[in-house]
Amino acid sequence: MNRKNKLLTGLVAVAAILLGKLFYIQIVNDKYKVDASNNSMVYNYIYPPRGVIYDRNGEILVGNEVCYDISVTPRDVQPFDTLALATALDVPVDFIRERMAYYRKYRTRIGWQTLSFLKHITPENYIRFAEEAYRFPGFKAEVRSVRQYPFNAGGNLLGYISEVDADFIKNHPEYRSGDYVGKTGLEAAMEDKLRGVKGYHIYLRDSRNRVQSPYMDGAEDKEAEPGKDVVSTIDAHLQQYGQRLMEGKVGSVVAIEPSTGEILAMVSSPGIDVDVLSDIGKHYAEIARNPRKPMFNRTVMASYPPGSVFKLVNGLIGLQEGTLVPSNSYPCAHGFPYGGNHRLGCHGHASPLNLLSAIATSCNGYFCYVFRNILDNKKYKTTAEAFDVWREHVLSFGFGRKLGSDFPSELGGNIPTSAFYDKVYGKGRWRFQTIISLSIGQGEIGATPLQIANLAATMANRGYYYIPHIVKDSEGIEIDPKYKERQYTMVDTTHFKTAVEGMYMAVNGGGSAGGTAFSARIPGLDVCGKTGTAQNPHGKDNSVFICFAPKDNPKIAVAAYVENAGFGATWALPVASLMLEKYLTGEISESRKYLEDRLLTTRFF
Amino acid sequence: MKGIDGTPGSFDRGLRKTVDWRLVICYLLLVLIGWINIYASIHSTEPASIFDWSARSGKQFIWIMTAFVLDILILFVINPRLWEVISPYTYVMVFFLLVLVIFVSKDVKGSHSWFELGPVKFQPAEISKITTSLLLAMVMSKPNFRMSNRKHALAVAAIIGLPMLAILGESETGSALVYVGFLFVLYREGLSGWWLFLLGMAILLFILTLVTHWWISVAVLFVACVAFYIRVLRQSRREAINFRRLALRRTLLAFAAGVMMVFATGFIFENVLQDHQRKRIEVLLGLKEDPAGVGYNVRQSMIAIGSGGMFGKGFLHGTQTTYGFVPEQSTDFIFCTVGEEWGFFGCLAVILLYVFMIWRIITDADKSREAFTRIYGYCLAACLFMHLFINIGMTIGLMPVIGIPLPLLSYGGSSLWAFSVMIFVFIALDRQEKKYF
Repeated sequence: MNRKNKLLTGLVAVAAILLGKLFYIQIVNDKYKVDASNNSMVYNYIYPPRGVIYDRNGEILVGNEVCYDISVTPRDVQPFDTLALATALDVPVDFIRERMAYYRKYRTRIGWQTLSFLKHITPENYIRFAEEAYRFPGFKAEVRSVRQYPFNAGGNLLGYISEVDADFIKNHPEYRSGDYVGKTGLEAAMEDKLRGVKGYHIYLRDSRNRVQSPYMDGAEDKEAEPGKDVVSTIDAHLQQYGQRLMEGKVGSVVAIEPSTGEILAMVSSPGIDVDVLSDIGKHYAEIARNPRKPMFNRTVMASYPPGSVFKLVNGLIGLQEGTLVPSNSYPCAHGFPYGGNHRLGCHGHASPLNLLSAIATSCNGYFCYVFRNILDNKKYKTTAEAFDVWREHVLSFGFGRKLGSDFPSELGGNIPTSAFYDKVYGKGRWRFQTIISLSIGQGEIGATPLQIANLAATMANRGYYYIPHIVKDSEGIEIDPKYKERQYTMVDTTHFKTAVEGMYMAVNGGGSAGGTAFSARIPGLDVCGKTGTAQNPHGKDNSVFICFAPKDNPKIAVAAYVENAGFGATWALPVASLMLEKYLTGEISESRKYLEDRLLTTRFF
Repeated sequence: MKGIDGTPGSFDRGLRKTVDWRLVICYLLLVLIGWINIYASIHSTEPASIFDWSARSGKQFIWIMTAFVLDILILFVINPRLWEVISPYTYVMVFFLLVLVIFVSKDVKGSHSWFELGPVKFQPAEISKITTSLLLAMVMSKPNFRMSNRKHALAVAAIIGLPMLAILGESETGSALVYVGFLFVLYREGLSGWWLFLLGMAILLFILTLVTHWWISVAVLFVACVAFYIRVLRQSRREAINFRRLALRRTLLAFAAGVMMVFATGFIFENVLQDHQRKRIEVLLGLKEDPAGVGYNVRQSMIAIGSGGMFGKGFLHGTQTTYGFVPEQSTDFIFCTVGEEWGFFGCLAVILLYVFMIWRIITDADKSREAFTRIYGYCLAACLFMHLFINIGMTIGLMPVIGIPLPLLSYGGSSLWAFSVMIFVFIALDRQEKKYF
């Protein structure tokens, strides 16, 4: 057989296969006739309730509440009393006329589809509509659940859900028009668990679209599976308290349980109130217009210079690299002179001093020496090489990269590389003096409040941290094992003792010893802390404070960052220290009420 | 009007004998059937006259009339020699359009394949079938062309592969799949039949691995390789010993490649294929039930066709196709309307028309004394065959859902024009030859 004939044989064979299958489905098998001549299937979807979000103590942060939507199948609509429907639903008559005109215009495209007509009607309107529903064929009321928030806590943290749009469906074919999806915060992070699985009942309809009976007696139906509940690590009361303290201020507070890495509170101010969340669509324009960007979650997205709290990191790296021993003393006469007439200034305190006192008094001059010795380390051939080693150390503290928390939209801040300075100043043309501001956590460093809080937790643990996270293990939800692993820094844990002692002295050393954080002292709690004041090119200095307590076996580490508020001890310190006290003792002692009052009554905007 | 050779009168003399009227009649019948069924498929949602220009049937009427104009131009006005001469230029130009469209087109259900110039939309992938066929025929008809020459084979692979890749880049997997059909042309022109066998084996192994276990695939592969080796040995009993060694080496190579393919199947399935493609294959192979999602189209389409029975429900009396249960019913799923309203006999008639047409094209082509005409004819037959098989196979659940039109039947100007031009270029080539011999 030549090749032409072989190909012709193939052609006939394929045609025979097609005809064979056609013969089977059209003549032999009756299944398709049963399906079809009585008709086709209608899917009635059943929406599962979305999972509830609990706080760490079992308080409901996000629950569900019933609401009513009206849907319409334009093909089924018969002439009706427009005015009566408008009255029942409490909408303008024109609204209904416009919708109906729209349906007429696109009737081909719409076909037999059921569309959403009106959302979130009140229970009263629903009852009124239900009584008269028989007068409006084609319109149907649907019950669905909306989010409800018993606590005004954690707007940004919880995030919002909204209806999927066409773009989203294209990339996520498992969603259908009318479904809701978590867009930000926990709702987005835990979407897979929270959403549950939609169910459906299949009905047969005849060729005139009348629903007849359940398809195969419901054998193919699927029940909805409710979404899984999520237990977050947040302490609702602490979160709420933090939000109150931060009212009228721009900035963040993050509290972490050092022994687990669980985030206890995560406040971004100004934030979003929870009653806005449940109906975000209505408020969206107003939120987007707000110049202070309430949607912007500063805790994980803002990149700030960490200021003096970063001195801890530099000190520890110096110890690890052997360029600093705790007993080293350096003089400081109101700063550190460099490059001729320049001086990096410092405030008045005793001089010379050792590492412990330098941390307690937050001496700028001292840490210039520390950083200089790290960069001029004879071990390394060039400043750039020493700098890269320094950078590696810094990264091991969780700076300059994403920490890998389970919170969506986390950013990594910024720690420059030697390549960056090579580019700016030329290769080999920069030295310690050029980048002196890194000594004290200024300059090109950017850190998120979460990273700063993580530093506090690392200090509390004396050298390691757990990746901060906001979801706890619970029934049906197992968190990634990486959240249970200790993350050690590259600095030996033995070096942390001195630094922690310095933090203790900063709070408890007494004003006379130059401690910068003495007002954070809470009798009986052994608070350790470190202030910071970060210069802000856009206005007044930013105020930073990190602390943890108790000194031994710490239960909580807090970082507060208040923008444009001046000296760290003035604003960030009371916020962080009140959070700490509230969490550990449940109340604020009489002697510290004045701090709380001052915060609650001061608003910067 | 003047004849091709310029002498008045040759037109009249040759017309009856030179044009393959059987092909033309097949063509006209299929176009007519398409038009009627497009009207039926939109009948309930747009009840209007079949000539109503705002409805699809009316638009298709315009496409048909303009296609006829094209057909007449090709048959009587354009010198058929021209096609061979311009083939490199048209190929390059259309290839350029294929690439360009990826960047300038709007996203239509995930694919980027339509140019939009005001109200006119067209898909370069449809024309590319013609230009690829022409260039392929031009190159392969060169007197010194040998399929066994490695350089020549590479050139041919490039001619077929480049537009195929560009179309894949447009996410028009179905249109790209049609190019696989050119393998049949290469086979006719001397490509070893083992390549077709290899392709068949690869598909078989892929499906076997997905549906059953990897070890069944490996067993089948092993048996196939042993059979291959024995067969080669038997053919070469008198051959030299190193031929046997070569055969053994090739068999082992093929076996190794096959095993790798079996183990790569899972990876390809999960990572290379896109989500919707994976789901469609899963539904086809019965690995997953998905009556609401991906399975919906196929299920509805099979219900529509299956409910047609022996003689169908009659023109405009279909319930499934007219009530919008079948999606894309005037384009990719037009065969559902045929199946539902005209029944098994309607399907039989349509399929026989196609088979007859492809058969005629192949025999005409094979008879031709000009290599260009022969190869081009086979290309045309291959394209028609691939479209026919993939499209009808999809509507009756033999193939995964792959969106390509049914030639001449489906609604749409690009497709109708492209197939009209393609068919009539062949008829013209065939005619011109018959005039001289």
